[in-house]
Amino acid sequence: MPGKTLYDKIWDAHVVDQLDGEAILYIDLHLIHEVTSPQAFAGLRTHGRKVRRPDLTLAVADHNVPTEGQALGVAKVADEEARLQLETLARNVKDNGIEFFPMGDVRNGIVHVVGPEQGRTQPGMTIVCGDSHTSTHGAFGALAHGIGTSEVEHVLATQTLRQTKAKNLRVTIEGEPAPGVGAKDLALAVIGEIGTAGGTGYVIEYAGSAVRALSMEGRMTLCNLTIEAGARAGLVAPDETTFEYLKGRPSTPKAGGWEMAHAYWKSLFSDPDAHFDREVVIDAAKIAPLVTWGTSPEDVVPVTGKAPDPAAFATPDKRAAVARALDYMGLTAGQPISEAKVDVVFIGSCTNSRIEDLRAAAKIAEGRHVASGVRAMVVPGSGLVRDQAEAEGLDAIFTAAGFEWREPGCSMCLAMNPDRLEPGQRCASTSNRNFEGRQGRGGRTHLMSPSMAAAAAIAGHIADVREYL
Amino acid sequence: MEAFVRLDAKAAPLPLANIDTDQIIPKQFLKTVEREGLGKGLFYDLRFDEQGREKPDFVLNRPEYKGVGVIIAGDNFGCGSSREHAPWALMDFGVKCVISTSFADIFYNNCFQNGLLPVVLKADEVETLMAEAKGGNHVMTIDLAAQSVTSPSGKAFHFEIDPIRKTKMLNGLDSIGETLQAGPAIDVFETKRALALPWLEGA
Repeated sequence: MPGKTLYDKIWDAHVVDQLDGEAILYIDLHLIHEVTSPQAFAGLRTHGRKVRRPDLTLAVADHNVPTEGQALGVAKVADEEARLQLETLARNVKDNGIEFFPMGDVRNGIVHVVGPEQGRTQPGMTIVCGDSHTSTHGAFGALAHGIGTSEVEHVLATQTLRQTKAKNLRVTIEGEPAPGVGAKDLALAVIGEIGTAGGTGYVIEYAGSAVRALSMEGRMTLCNLTIEAGARAGLVAPDETTFEYLKGRPSTPKAGGWEMAHAYWKSLFSDPDAHFDREVVIDAAKIAPLVTWGTSPEDVVPVTGKAPDPAAFATPDKRAAVARALDYMGLTAGQPISEAKVDVVFIGSCTNSRIEDLRAAAKIAEGRHVASGVRAMVVPGSGLVRDQAEAEGLDAIFTAAGFEWREPGCSMCLAMNPDRLEPGQRCASTSNRNFEGRQGRGGRTHLMSPSMAAAAAIAGHIADVREYL
Repeated sequence: MEAFVRLDAKAAPLPLANIDTDQIIPKQFLKTVEREGLGKGLFYDLRFDEQGREKPDFVLNRPEYKGVGVIIAGDNFGCGSSREHAPWALMDFGVKCVISTSFADIFYNNCFQNGLLPVVLKADEVETLMAEAKGGNHVMTIDLAAQSVTSPSGKAFHFEIDPIRKTKMLNGLDSIGETLQAGPAIDVFETKRALALPWLEGA
């Protein structure tokens, strides 16, 4: 019998029942938030159903919370619809006995920052959430992916999900990245290489020396962006870096349990003879700091590069798509990308709002100042990240440099709260999607790493972080 | 969930690739606790200008496409956010079928939870349908039992679909009720899990 991939192993360990082509898969951790859960709870009520395992469910308020004045409480949230969603979540979790970190609680924050931070995310688990960036948790060697609200309801009622198995794709990133090149650049390089639909139907396992060398924060950034390559989930096999991160977190196993868990976690890797349906190999040394020029995360270019010329593309459809993206982005064909002047800089989101991200940005900001006319904001991923950053004095560095230091939440990544771009504004953003209108109608988003975003804030235009190291 | 058996409806061409769920239903419409009423936000930035006026050129605003039931779109339809508001908005607007060469994974799953049929055809077939949908008669027939799409001129194309999903769609089955029938198997799994991985209990 051929060996198994890490994905095969986790899958097999969670099959409750196998129907024709479709498995009933047990779910170890279900994360919920205010935007994609209300209709699921309403569905349960309609059918007189209960939450099967409230103890395996954790709720946060992140998508539409304001990033200032959180201590005033939900009653003071100005947006009436957002307030109703937040109140609805509070009521649903109370009625069903689900643990909840409400807005203002220091443990609250972006769901994909909170799960790992609390130690709820552990290797070998199946983890779902009504949010596509659930792929983030794959950094721990957990099978984690986004689901729709009907599936949220299904998991609440049954603690299982009906799933068809995906194929195995291994992305191996070998070598040492150059200074100024980090996890975000590796992730954008992967998306640029395989395309935004390149991973559709696959679960990606990331391997190779460059992946092993990443911190847990870096691995989370890499797995987070897996969905932008079309793959439902990304995985990194757990190792000492993982175990070190997990030790002593509120929900990780304690003495006794730890040894058992540790022994199990160490069995979670792809066997040497495991079969992958597809393999992609990337040389980390060849990756430059990357930015996106267009309206799809696959539209990447080195910071030293230029906006593309539509004429250089093979098909009429592609030429039209590139022309449309350039027009939307307010760029001309062949324009050096570093000429693009920015109006707003956003450092935050489930992709890049962890302590390491803030340290990287602060290192560039320290002793410098945001260019005049640029609004730069830093939104920590959780209350605990914010506290940690303040303990390290990062908030002082940011505010001295002219950045706004805000309270945790999804914020301008998807602009459901008051943080959003005005039409035509250009933003250097550490988030995950540069879709048309994503950060506000008519807003123009360039995705990049936290240190690159900080450099753009200082320069007032897209800038090469290597000149600021 | 409403069953999907056969649909005869106007089809609108939307020849753009990578139409993401942010475009299908922008963020400002996600602040609802209901499933209904999202049709007003469908393709909002494509349908309306900054003052909220209809853009007359956009296909769904043109009189000949009023009451559309099918959308024919470019590759990788529904990428991005997992928001089920996307299929809810399409259904609320009256769209019951989307035809493309490919769909993003989570959106594809979400469609089947709501009786919205995503049909995958080959690139040349989608192109043929797209061309016919631009013409005067653009009523298509989608027959799920026969797994076929028939164009106004009578060209018929076969599509593949997972047999379990097909049965559920044809009968409008609720998968939660079905899974709950596997309750005893879930009980057994949980007991074994508690013994083998005790640290996962009482987290």
